[in-house]
Amino acid sequence: MSEKITIALKRGASCVGCDIAVVNFNEALFTLLSLADIVFSPTLLDVKYDDLRAMPSQSITIGFYHGAVRNSDNEEMAKVMRDKCQILIAYGACAHMGGIPGLANVTNKQAILEQVYRNTLSTNNEDHVFPQERYVDQAGHELTLPEFWDEVKALDDVVDVDYYVPACPPTHDINMQILNMVKLFVEEGKPLPPKGTVIASEKNLCDECQREKSDHLSVEQFFRVHEKVFDPDKCFLEQGLICMGPATRAGCGAVCPGANMPCRGCMGPTAVVSEQGASMLSALASIYQISDKENELAEEQIERIMSQITDPLGCFYRFSLPKSELGRVVKDTKTPVKEKKGKE
Amino acid sequence: MDGQKRESLMEDGFKPKIIIFCCNWCAYAGADLAGVTRRKIKPHFRVIRTLCSARVDPEFIMHAFKKGADGVMVAGCHPGDCHYIGGNYRTRRRMALLKTMLMQFGLNKDRFRLEWISAAEGEKFATVVNEFVDTIIELGPSPYRKMIEEKRNKEPAALTNIG
Amino acid sequence: MPEIWDKKHKTDTRHIRIEPVTRLEGHAKIDIFLDKDGNVEDTYFQVVELRGFEEFCKGRPAEELPRIVTRLCGVCPWPHHIASSTALDKLFDAPPPAPALKVREMGYCAHMLESHLEHIYALGPAPDFVLGPAADPKKRNVFGVIEAVGLEVGKKVIVHRGYAVEIEDMVGGKSTHPVFSIPGGISHPITSEQRDRIRELADKLVDFCEFTLTIVNDVILSNKDYMEIILNQDLYYHRSYHMGMVDEKNQLTFYGGKLRIMDPEGNETAKFSDEEYLDYIAEHPVPWSYLKFPYLKKIGWKGIRDGMDSGLYRVAPLSRLNVAEGLTTPKAQRVYTEFFNTLGKKPVQNSLAFHWARAIECLYAAERLQELANDDEIMSRDYRTISRSVKGEGVGVIEAPRGTLFHHYKADKNGIITDLNLVVASAQNYGAMNMDIRNVARQLIRNGEISNGILNMVEMGFRSYDPCFSCATHAAIGEMPMQIRIFNSRREEIKRISR
Repeated sequence: MSEKITIALKRGASCVGCDIAVVNFNEALFTLLSLADIVFSPTLLDVKYDDLRAMPSQSITIGFYHGAVRNSDNEEMAKVMRDKCQILIAYGACAHMGGIPGLANVTNKQAILEQVYRNTLSTNNEDHVFPQERYVDQAGHELTLPEFWDEVKALDDVVDVDYYVPACPPTHDINMQILNMVKLFVEEGKPLPPKGTVIASEKNLCDECQREKSDHLSVEQFFRVHEKVFDPDKCFLEQGLICMGPATRAGCGAVCPGANMPCRGCMGPTAVVSEQGASMLSALASIYQISDKENELAEEQIERIMSQITDPLGCFYRFSLPKSELGRVVKDTKTPVKEKKGKE
Repeated sequence: MDGQKRESLMEDGFKPKIIIFCCNWCAYAGADLAGVTRRKIKPHFRVIRTLCSARVDPEFIMHAFKKGADGVMVAGCHPGDCHYIGGNYRTRRRMALLKTMLMQFGLNKDRFRLEWISAAEGEKFATVVNEFVDTIIELGPSPYRKMIEEKRNKEPAALTNIG
Repeated sequence: MPEIWDKKHKTDTRHIRIEPVTRLEGHAKIDIFLDKDGNVEDTYFQVVELRGFEEFCKGRPAEELPRIVTRLCGVCPWPHHIASSTALDKLFDAPPPAPALKVREMGYCAHMLESHLEHIYALGPAPDFVLGPAADPKKRNVFGVIEAVGLEVGKKVIVHRGYAVEIEDMVGGKSTHPVFSIPGGISHPITSEQRDRIRELADKLVDFCEFTLTIVNDVILSNKDYMEIILNQDLYYHRSYHMGMVDEKNQLTFYGGKLRIMDPEGNETAKFSDEEYLDYIAEHPVPWSYLKFPYLKKIGWKGIRDGMDSGLYRVAPLSRLNVAEGLTTPKAQRVYTEFFNTLGKKPVQNSLAFHWARAIECLYAAERLQELANDDEIMSRDYRTISRSVKGEGVGVIEAPRGTLFHHYKADKNGIITDLNLVVASAQNYGAMNMDIRNVARQLIRNGEISNGILNMVEMGFRSYDPCFSCATHAAIGEMPMQIRIFNSRREEIKRISR
């Protein structure tokens, strides 16, 4: 009988859905427990940070880190996990690409501070009190909070990562893929996949999606989700609804289209591109119909048509903003007001 | 641009870095004509030739900004004149959507332009490019370029300049 | 036999830190400060995480929010999903047809079950009470519980929780981060095959919830030592206000009702609808945590204290049972009566009673799930209203497993979000958690003597609330502006300057 391996689960800036994904192994949890002992998981076990720090380097076989990296605590623990674990897996969309917390790259510390602790409608902060990274109370007790950054990062921006598990959260099928990988590794010594592998399918979501697709796709108008009823059998794009399928990796079973909702790209970009947003932007622009009067259309009219897509950044980079080419939103100078010559 | 000596943004005045994607059949020929007819054009740009403006992936443009371009232009054939019939119809949709997205990223919309320039429009090429260079000089270095500078000068505090 | 007390040892340190706190959803730590005699001077329960939803959701199309805000919490994405779409029903002027509201509630009951059962068996009472607060920390977890109760019971728990997950998958598309609830209704109707399966599972879940209550009875209520701890008013106890959602007959409901506030004497002091919440609730930031403290506006912020004149109030299962005059389903109603017969007149203030109240709510949720699954209307093809206009503002409220949840959105005429406000469940129990931790630490840590079990009992101070700090801290921080307070010789504050 082969020796059990050990597993650690650590979270960064996470919603904990990835811990629930592990609980949702359901009965397969018993299979996992026959192969591995879970030695660290703040959600499930009473093992503290000092206990983890005291473990020898590389003494844990596999570490799963979920959540984005956006404060000093997230980064420190990512490094601790890298030290203690032989194999480190970026588990879930946040560790993979930044995930939804990555959307905070549209803003910065100052703006968030102002909004949450002063401007929100229910907040009463006449005394201008904001959380401090170091606070000493009237009795001299010192308290600290992790240092917060302007920028959200994915796990491999701060440590070396061995594997990536996409989706938000990783689906049962993907988890069973991992379980199988671990089982073969532990029981038969079968080697693990090459370093850097994304543990999901190599195909594109449209391949997996059960909807009917016509041979030729030409959209007359883009709609928003609240504006029309969707045919449950036809491709969303054909109906004018933005679906990230073409720019998204398969492996999740296309459950969202199955529930009659368009894909929003949580599996990350397909195997052959790195820039999910640019791919989708390009694809959407390509499928918009070419009219007979095309040559008569001015650029302003084209801009108006494309503005039917209301939030390209937030839609195309919903889960991957920190890993986008530009990475974050910036502030630029304004054009001085004067007569402008020529067209834009 | 890599390998070239990098000037500090503070010394010698701001020298803009501009990338112009030109389609082979129209815009590049127009640029060539501008050169042959000795139009005076300000030097702060580099041309990247593609066979069609539709080949210009939005990712190239974002990559250019990420790597420190202060302005990016895409130049192609006039609608109706595309060598590949309908390439530039896709280009214009793509670039319109990209412009919106670049503005969401915070970039001033005047840093990115789409122009139609035929093989015969050498003068137009010169005028348009000069105008663009002037606009960029007025706007100053792109915030992404500043980020690179600051990282190089190891001034992480300057990153909070954003937002 | 559970290990309740263990051997103490003396510590020289004057600052005990528990980091991170474990068996909860969220990132937090506890600091205990001792005086020179080794007695507790003060405690702090700091929430250390934040992300910024209230800022980065601005600029997003409002109709996309139900699928973004689920990521506030992966343990309770459903309340965010439904509260969000409820706010949007109003923002987009798209009142859902009745069948859609029933399907939302039905899926939601399955979620309540899934979340509560997870807490009962994996996070909170099972490890702490089956094994005992002082059990070996390496075993004091869900895996240790399975070892203690046997594989058959362990499997039963996992399989039944799996049934709730299966229903969530069917109704919501995904159990974690559902997608189905949209402005104006739901995205897909329930088929008759799905309905048959949900009905079948609902019956099993009702049985399982009765089984859970039996376990609560056998493990906790029949154990004299535990009951002593539970009823001890110096340990886990506050005289606090309570808030919960009720229907027109003042019976418990998770969705679509009004909010009722009860004072520490048991009198109703307010009943209000979702749109009025800002008249009743405000939030108070502190410099030592990323989590704000909601409090009753009409009383005002009086610090982290309890009593009639403190603005702090509690939410979630115990508070919901206190505030409601009964439950609409028969089996749960019977246990509700037994609950108050055992623990005394309303409001029951013993914090550990949250665990029992949670198990009662499970039974109510399972019976309600049964009711809705048997209602043919859930298969109706009338499941969506298309938006008629953009009204531009909406509030959605729901009783999350961990308390009342408010989502409030404002949008421009194009339906793009311009502002949002979230008052989340666990924040409303944050004051009580701090007080429980402080009281327990003060009582149990004397003369510098601590033990593993005692520190766990301090952690149990928050665990009965089943906190969810990912939800609670949707925010982020930056530098602190300065504040100068000037006192006269009588220590009265005479001036305050802030920047």
